[in-house]
Amino acid sequence: MIRSMAFLPGNTPNMLINGDSFGADALILDLEDAVAPSQKDSARILVRNYLRTHKDHSGTLVVRINSTDTDYWREDLQAVLPERPDCILPTKVDGADMVRLICREMEAIERACGMETGSVGLMPLLETAMGIEQAFAIASASPRVKALVLGGEDLTADLHSKRTKEGMEILYARTRLVCAARAARVEAIDTPFTDVNDMEGLRADAAFAKGLGFGGKLVISPRHIDTVNEVFSPSQEEIDYAREVLHCIAEAKENGLGVVALRGKMIDAPIVARAQQVFDAARTIYGDIF
Amino acid sequence: MKIQKPAMAGTLESSDCMVTVTPEGGESVRYEIESIVMERYGDAIERAARETVESLGVTSGRITIQDRGALDCVIAARVETAIRRAAVKEVVV
Amino acid sequence: MSKLTASIKDALVSAGVRDGMTLSFHHHLRNGDAVLVMTVTALRELGIRDITLSASALFQVHAPIIAAMEDGTITGIETGYAGGDMGAAISAGKLQRKAVFRSHGHRPADIEGGKIHIDIAVIAAPTSDPEGNCSGKYGRSACGSLGYAMPDAQFADRVIVVTDNLVDYPLVDFSIPETQVDYVVTVDSIGDPRGIVSSTTRITRDPVGLRIAKYAADSILHSGLLKDGFSFQTGAGGATLAAAMYLKEIMLKKEVHGSFCMGGITGYLVDMLESGCFESLMDVQCFDLTAVESLRKNPGHREVSATQYASPTAKSCIADRLDAVILGATEIDTDFNVNVHTDSRGVIMGGSGGHSDVAAGAKLTIIAAPLIRARLPLIVDRVNCISTPGSTVDLLVTQYGMAVNPLNRELEQRLRDAKLPVVDIRELQARAENLSGRPQPLIMGDRVVADVLYRDGSLLDQIRMKELL
Repeated sequence: MIRSMAFLPGNTPNMLINGDSFGADALILDLEDAVAPSQKDSARILVRNYLRTHKDHSGTLVVRINSTDTDYWREDLQAVLPERPDCILPTKVDGADMVRLICREMEAIERACGMETGSVGLMPLLETAMGIEQAFAIASASPRVKALVLGGEDLTADLHSKRTKEGMEILYARTRLVCAARAARVEAIDTPFTDVNDMEGLRADAAFAKGLGFGGKLVISPRHIDTVNEVFSPSQEEIDYAREVLHCIAEAKENGLGVVALRGKMIDAPIVARAQQVFDAARTIYGDIF
Repeated sequence: MKIQKPAMAGTLESSDCMVTVTPEGGESVRYEIESIVMERYGDAIERAARETVESLGVTSGRITIQDRGALDCVIAARVETAIRRAAVKEVVV
Repeated sequence: MSKLTASIKDALVSAGVRDGMTLSFHHHLRNGDAVLVMTVTALRELGIRDITLSASALFQVHAPIIAAMEDGTITGIETGYAGGDMGAAISAGKLQRKAVFRSHGHRPADIEGGKIHIDIAVIAAPTSDPEGNCSGKYGRSACGSLGYAMPDAQFADRVIVVTDNLVDYPLVDFSIPETQVDYVVTVDSIGDPRGIVSSTTRITRDPVGLRIAKYAADSILHSGLLKDGFSFQTGAGGATLAAAMYLKEIMLKKEVHGSFCMGGITGYLVDMLESGCFESLMDVQCFDLTAVESLRKNPGHREVSATQYASPTAKSCIADRLDAVILGATEIDTDFNVNVHTDSRGVIMGGSGGHSDVAAGAKLTIIAAPLIRARLPLIVDRVNCISTPGSTVDLLVTQYGMAVNPLNRELEQRLRDAKLPVVDIRELQARAENLSGRPQPLIMGDRVVADVLYRDGSLLDQIRMKELL
């Protein structure tokens, strides 16, 4: 379960080393924007060594590689893939072809070093208008794809619109991406909130994204992690309600009743499905407290 | 790999190190290490550097490390990066 | 007869200075202090030898006196803290006699009990009148509280006040009264204001420090102590001040009305006072200009003596009334003993200050520090120097979780019930060593250069000689 995915600059040892103490569900070791072109080689080797010595890392480890229109991405993959990160996060993914191109490269590397093919996942970052329009095709292009990730900053530039805190300009992209991800049965991860100091704004933005169906959110500041985790965790009310629903259903089954109502509302299949999701999520986060 | 020219990698930020490699004649690799944790980790720093140098097949040159409390995996990465940079022959146009 | 004396040298002569005496100093001017060095310079000019310096703390700014340690002018040092080159000089064995470290509370206890006999107290005062009524709250070198100087003024045989802001008699708002003062000396400057107090104390933005601070505040929230009447002390450094920031949020949200904050006062604690988290601030030392200003203006912000702060032999003291304290550490061992005296090379870099006093007094003593600093693991098998005994420490908080002293089972249960990340201290130690590797053992000299006394007068530990390579 990924509520928060935090970026760590790939060439900064201090951040890499402490990254696993910030509480993020997933860490993105960044070889792309956070690394200057002259240091790509340096970051690649550092991230490879980091993965090598963090085999017992409990959270999800993701490497963001450079985009396929650069000279770097193949070397990025060659360096990090043998160290078995959980996922690769390719950038500016705009169609199924690009996913397949990256998958072919990954498979070749996996074969070459005797790894099981398909063991490393993909989380394509959609940050172009074309990427959004191709969202479902991207999500269903390979079984490696585990999640669609929204990059709102680059997207707004491509849309010729201005990025705002309210985010109306990316509303379509958000809903489109969630719908495509859910249709393809993969996770949906929201764009980061970029004002590091606005904690209230962060909370509102994350809650809005959760309401749209996102399962988690990118995070660019360690200070945002707690809030994002909190928002994307089921609340006590949600858990209580889910427990009641599941209890009701179990009871109805026992008594052979077909239709049950709770708090004056009929409990149908979607409500039960949602309750089960909340219950499962809560168990993952809080452990066996039920 | 052979050290063809001087090269550097890393930074002097906390938990990082700056590695400089320089070509030298002879059949040995010389290490010069300066660290804020020299008394407690001097041996470990040299060991990490030596293992990297040997795994890359470097047999001569000077490796200078200015350490700011880097972990072994960081020292190894910086040494490897510097050596790979130094192993590229300069193309004279 | 006028108390006004032309120079520090004249005042020393008038006070009858001679070989073998003990001279005392306070550290309210911190790393901006000029008076201690001026006084030692005068001693050297007078050819006085074999002086014991009893200073509540020593900083880098005092390094010029190392020459006086080498030439035999100063042969003994008794202090609560020795920072920068001063610590290194003691470690290098530059004193003829062993240095003696006492806590901020133990020092006044031994002054009052006669174990420290001060022949001459030299008191740097940011403002004084000609009879020696003096204060730290006013003047261009204002430092706020003069709490550490109070026992010296009261018990020294002779008291010299040194000021750079002489005002008309009487200075009404005095901290030290004329009744205790023999001589008043005016100098151009008693110190550099930039080293005395900072203009603002900034809260760390380092994500590791913030994570530790959050855990520390959460542990207080769930300790059972955070209720109306709560009392608190924290340091001014790194994670500890950030913990106050999180604690403020919690107290405002839960509408907890605390009683008092003890300190070491920063602008941040002033902010907590003004926003209603606490009724009062008890101030033995100001760290920034906001604190100085508040001490001047706010009747709820009270200057207190080192004795009232933490003396174990006083009839009562504030340290014993504390609910929770958050303190730092350079090392902690698996028995929770804390070292704040020596660095990773075994060289003296600080001292207890009030660390061991408030750890002993408070109901909940939290050590907050990063698990690894530039490769060096915080947790060791045995600290190089015991500054604060593990039996007085309840909780260690790091960015990777918190470890409860097994002596405090109730706390452990409370924190576990609150789902805080409680782990065994050995697990944390293993985690750090897994990353850093085990450090090579320290090589220390044979000669003992300093005794570290506990607040009850017993010998807590000894520091051995260490010359830098």
